[in-house]
Amino acid sequence: MDDKGSLAAYFGRTSLEFAPTEVAPNVMAMAMNTEDSLREYIRLFLRVPIIGSLTPLARIFDFVANAAPAVKEILAVGKLCYEVRENNYDLVIVDSEASGHFVAQVSAPDALATLVRIGIIADQTKWMSALLHDPTVSTVLAVVTPEEMPVVETIELRTRLAAATPIDFAGVVINRMPRVVVDDMALAAARSNATLTATVAVGEWLVSRRAEAEQHARRLADAFELGNVDTIAEAPAEVDAPAQVTEHLAREIERIVRDHT
Amino acid sequence: MTQAQAGINPPASADTFVMQLLRDSRMIIVSGPGGVGKTTSAAALGVLAARQFSRRVLVLTVDPARRLATALGLPALGNTEVPVHVDDALGTLSMAMIDTKSSWDDMVRRHAPDASTRDRVLANDLYKTLTSRFVHSHDYVVTERLFDAHEGGDYDLVIVDTPPSRSALSVLDAPRRMEQFFTSRLLKLLTAPTQSRLLTIASRPFFIVADRILGAAFLSDIAEFFTLFRTMEGPFVSRARRVNALLSSPSTAYVVVTSAESVAMQEAGYLVDELRRRNHLLAAVVANRLLPAALAAGADVRASVLEQHPDAAVRPLAFAEQEIANVAVRQAAALSRMNHWGVPIVRGESRRGDITDVQSLLALGQAFSVQGTHD
Repeated sequence: MDDKGSLAAYFGRTSLEFAPTEVAPNVMAMAMNTEDSLREYIRLFLRVPIIGSLTPLARIFDFVANAAPAVKEILAVGKLCYEVRENNYDLVIVDSEASGHFVAQVSAPDALATLVRIGIIADQTKWMSALLHDPTVSTVLAVVTPEEMPVVETIELRTRLAAATPIDFAGVVINRMPRVVVDDMALAAARSNATLTATVAVGEWLVSRRAEAEQHARRLADAFELGNVDTIAEAPAEVDAPAQVTEHLAREIERIVRDHT
Repeated sequence: MTQAQAGINPPASADTFVMQLLRDSRMIIVSGPGGVGKTTSAAALGVLAARQFSRRVLVLTVDPARRLATALGLPALGNTEVPVHVDDALGTLSMAMIDTKSSWDDMVRRHAPDASTRDRVLANDLYKTLTSRFVHSHDYVVTERLFDAHEGGDYDLVIVDTPPSRSALSVLDAPRRMEQFFTSRLLKLLTAPTQSRLLTIASRPFFIVADRILGAAFLSDIAEFFTLFRTMEGPFVSRARRVNALLSSPSTAYVVVTSAESVAMQEAGYLVDELRRRNHLLAAVVANRLLPAALAAGADVRASVLEQHPDAAVRPLAFAEQEIANVAVRQAAALSRMNHWGVPIVRGESRRGDITDVQSLLALGQAFSVQGTHD
């Protein structure tokens, strides 16, 4: 939704367009662009040869699509709901904007429905809301790193989301959990060797990093009333290129799915 | 010098560029990808500036970082500025969070030509929904708020923590968009008297489309709201121009915070380019969350020594040392890529423990400050 070009990089592409591209077998990817979304909307729902006659109003078009509050949000969420309604895909995965923007976006149809009661938009906000509120159709999954602020934000996100719209909340997954790379017994042995102080410092630093992350994970599990939270291990240091990160994440997600079955 | 030591050392001399930045800027705008410590860095710079210089410093955050508020001994940050105590400070520090709804209301109260217009705008349903439920209405209000803080005369330095990634750019573009909106045909069309709407050839398609999408009733709600809103055109447009001038002024410095990971750096690099393209003064890039240099130094050597260590019990630690060595290599490569941006780089290291109080923010700020001497 907030295209930073990074989604493209994760699929080994330089960029993604509004028009979907097949990035892997059976996987299509697109980047949201609200101006394109507005064009598509006008073409699909008004069936008027509007692009030509709108040219003198191009700047208005740009302003409405990119800057007008409410319009930007509804064009983004509307496009997603349309793809779902038309059954164009079996599964639509949305890499949403940061948590502050996300709540406004996902509740945009509800908010707009309170303003517009009749007309095309009013009808459309109804089916959008219906799709978003149906737990068999839509759900929210929060991905969080095991750190103070992201954890607090995620706990707050659920509360704010519940206040704004009745969308289902599937749960949370912790990403970048520090891996266990320190052997406790070896660290204990190193402590008694005066020549290994630098190594002990490295070991203690890694151990405390892991312990802090576990503490945040517990806090999240408590807040969401879960026995434990699914965690994706931090990639090893040599994994840095986006395509490698994708592979690493895919393996970790496969593992989580296996653990659950 | 290592940053681990810097936190406990006496304050650095004031000739590093971070210190110059804190001493000479009127405004520092901090942006960067999400999850790299942007809010914390902004707060740390604020604590350091208030401590080291006899300046009145305000940190404005748009992130609802409540934990940070708690850490600073504040109940919760709101739209009103709250003083924060910093030990042995030469200056003063305040913090505030930007609340969209109340900031818009303040602005309407200030710009409305009379009490009746003011009350009608504030009670308008469209106004209420736009300002409370839609985040993009945030963008303009952020710039207004920082302009207030800057012009109000209560602060010598305002540090702004912007929303993550590209949302920062929407904020910077908001005053120009607001000005364009007031002078645009869109507003004239929206507020045109109903009977004249279908008369002019140029505006016909707009109304045909708008009518079909929005319905006549909503369109007339919009017309009513914008007719009211237009009465504030003068003050809004002149403010928007002054805000724009402030954002491009040489006393407004921009800092981009990033981690050394390739995806975060890609986004930070984009921000650097875009800030340059807008002719903003790029003062520094904070390369944050780096491995502490003290741990990284010699890790590769220690890893190979450990592998063959006479005491077999400690050999498994070679794995941990190798991991540290690998991270160090990757980060060195990332830093050298960052050097190509042509912006001074400030190293920020990962720290044990969360930032839980003013003291830990100060330590972080001091670690920033001892680096990057000019010349």
